[in-house]
Amino acid sequence: MRLINIKPSRPLAVFLMLLPFAAVVVAYAIGSEIRLAANPSDKLLPAPSTVWDTAVRLITEADRRSGRILFWHDTWASLQRLALGIGISAFIGLVFGLAIGLLPLMRSFLAQFVAVLSMIPPLALLPILFIVFGLGELSKVVLIVVGTLPFLIRDLSQRVIEVPQEMIVKAQTLGASSWVIALRVALPQLMPRLILAVRLSLGPAWLFLIAAEAIASDLGLGYRIFLVRRYLAMDVILTYVIWITLLAFLIDWALRWLSRRFFPWAEEGL
Amino acid sequence: MSFVTVQNIFQTYGRRSIIERVNMEADEGEFVSIVGASGCGKSTFLRLLLAQERPTRGEIRIAGAEPAREPGLDRGIVFQRYSVFPHMTVRENIVAGESFRSPWGRFFGAARTEAQTRADETLTRIGLDHVADQYPATLSGGMQQRLAIGQALTAKPRVLLLDEPFGALDPGTRLSMHDFLQDLRAETGMTVFMVTHDLEEAFKLGDRVLVFDKPRWDPHDPNLYGATITYDFDARDGGIPFQTIKEDTHVLHPA
Repeated sequence: MRLINIKPSRPLAVFLMLLPFAAVVVAYAIGSEIRLAANPSDKLLPAPSTVWDTAVRLITEADRRSGRILFWHDTWASLQRLALGIGISAFIGLVFGLAIGLLPLMRSFLAQFVAVLSMIPPLALLPILFIVFGLGELSKVVLIVVGTLPFLIRDLSQRVIEVPQEMIVKAQTLGASSWVIALRVALPQLMPRLILAVRLSLGPAWLFLIAAEAIASDLGLGYRIFLVRRYLAMDVILTYVIWITLLAFLIDWALRWLSRRFFPWAEEGL
Repeated sequence: MSFVTVQNIFQTYGRRSIIERVNMEADEGEFVSIVGASGCGKSTFLRLLLAQERPTRGEIRIAGAEPAREPGLDRGIVFQRYSVFPHMTVRENIVAGESFRSPWGRFFGAARTEAQTRADETLTRIGLDHVADQYPATLSGGMQQRLAIGQALTAKPRVLLLDEPFGALDPGTRLSMHDFLQDLRAETGMTVFMVTHDLEEAFKLGDRVLVFDKPRWDPHDPNLYGATITYDFDARDGGIPFQTIKEDTHVLHPA
């Protein structure tokens, strides 16, 4: 039988899915064991139990100086920035994507400009953003917007162009104006694509968020990681990294659910 | 003055001539089938009728109006695919036939309820009332095309254009679609242009059959000359021409 035709049974599929996760945990545990055996005060690979204890402490115990549980404040601050950045980006991307995709005039006017803009490495702009917008929340949100917006505009306008011409013509024969075509034909078909595009931009968005927080902030997941780096507090860093991964995964999962729930007609391709 | 007038139409894309010297007239209520080999400008002609494109030369008038510059309410269209909106339910697709011309593309309040009632009547007539709340993707090809025709007719166009509407259907479904279309036509008496690959279908449904072909052919530059109407058959009376007596006086009418 050919390899391409061999499909795993349900239990085997679950086993295969869990295997790489288990492999990473085991490999880490072994590496940690070896290093700790040589030097019990090694900080580089803390034992899984140490990481767990640290995680519990971070999640439940308040900071002695401020009396706040910093873990949750960090999470809240970061998620706020992320949501604001991605939200603004998605909205502007939607409006410009529709305009560029539907209107040949706007396409001639902006398509090439956006294509050039998207080539600018956003992190190179970070110093400018800090100078212009200060070190507060604004510059971090703006970095996320700057980093994800060109991709969103290009992707969404392409999706609008891909709406079959037949449907656009059909809508015209039903008497629809450009506005109604945008609102009732293009926009609804674009929404599941928007969710997909946002899911794809979440990776870069986290990257820009953590970069901005690492450089200038006093709260946030990225800030905390880069702060405790100075003390080689690997147990804290690992807790935060796992937490960020989990958050990113949950957001992705929620967006996919949202898409399935509200756009059942676009089932294929999601 | 005939209803649809096509006057000396030429269409070229760059140096490629697609159709040339096309003249025809059609009366209100006529069913015109258009056949021809692939790449012979049938679909181009339909796009010109639809005003999706404008001809390089010549003009097309419907009911004596100025030549249209873009598709509008007076021309309805059904394509082979993508003719219904996938993000609307079957009922919403029919309502769209009325509501798209309003400023927001939808009805509110009482107007909405009335439009939905009318849509349900239409759906009963075209036999889709049992799937009113489903999305088109769950429908078979024949049902989707019935929906597309119903949607186009809801907008009450003056001319209905069909671009190979039954091309993707299996033979059985195709036959039932023929009956469906003939019934609808008997009810509404509307003018129809239909492009098809199926000669039998063309003669069965049409009052006239236009054949597009290239009368001139330059072997060194096949794109130099375009296609035109080479035959205009009378397809009534089972395709046997001159069966309808047009004179009133001095001729013997069969009882």
